[in-house]
Amino acid sequence: MKISEIASHLGAVVVCGRDNADRDVEFGFASDLMSDVLTLETDNLVLLTGLANNQAVRTAEMSDIPCIIFVRNKKVTQEMIELATESNITLIEYPFSMFKAVVQLSKAGIKPVF
Amino acid sequence: MLFDFEIQGGDFATAGNASSQIKKILKQLNVDHRDIKRIVVALYEAEVNVVAHAFGGKISAEINTTEVRIRLVDEGPGIPDIELAMQQGYSTASPEVREMGFGAGMGLPNMKKNTDEMHITSVVDEGTTVELIFFLNQTPPNH
Ligand SMILES: Nc1ncnc2c1ncn2[C@@H]1O[C@H](COP(=O)(O)OP(=O)(O)OP(=O)(O)O)[C@@H](O)[C@H]1O
Ligand SMILES: [Mg+2]
Repeated sequence: MKISEIASHLGAVVVCGRDNADRDVEFGFASDLMSDVLTLETDNLVLLTGLANNQAVRTAEMSDIPCIIFVRNKKVTQEMIELATESNITLIEYPFSMFKAVVQLSKAGIKPVF
Repeated sequence: MLFDFEIQGGDFATAGNASSQIKKILKQLNVDHRDIKRIVVALYEAEVNVVAHAFGGKISAEINTTEVRIRLVDEGPGIPDIELAMQQGYSTASPEVREMGFGAGMGLPNMKKNTDEMHITSVVDEGTTVELIFFLNQTPPNH
């Protein structure tokens, strides 16, 4: 599923990285713990997190994650946008809970990593 | 080729800057993307450890066509029991570090998993040296 389709499916706002929105993602992982995210080996992964800071973006950069969805109405900062743009990562803001986002993405066919 | 970087202890806003620079260099050198991922994941964990647990440090990276050797030397409290620290789930991270999304005690085991060799030496109340060694994939691209 394309990143752009994920955003429209969630009715969520793409904050930056629209150029990247054609990329396909197949798997999803939801965590506020970056140490957990860094142990994943899966490619084509979308990350759902309530942790809106630079380290979430850095973690995605190191793990080759093309898209982060910030849940629970967490707001992306200007610095995060700059880091994400440099690494071609799409950032999406979603006003509802992590659980709701997971349910919607699961219905859309996004698969768990394990 | 040799590259040097500084790490600011305690500064989570800039944590990962050195790992990001090294990732760019590895990409320019056309290193296999799977090798790049395991190198930068291990390095980033190590860089965050210096930020989270030490006062500051230096990174030196030696990159050639067959291997990458990265040494992180920090000034800090040191690790009294390295074997214990290596265990999954062992963490002394402060509440501030946990709020930044770290402190699960997963970093050192994950670094071990992603490296071909890892060497840690530490002196309590002085600091820690971590060496990460990677042998690069020799198969040509597109295979
Ligand atoms: N550079 C360092 N200086 C001092 N202590 C360290 C250093 N690196 C690791 N440690 C010690 O080893 C413990 C385990 O490190 P590890 O990276 O596995 O977990 P963590 O950093 O606490 O959490 P995580 O990596 O999951 O975010 C740390 O909590 C800390 O006590
Ligand atoms: Mg760590």
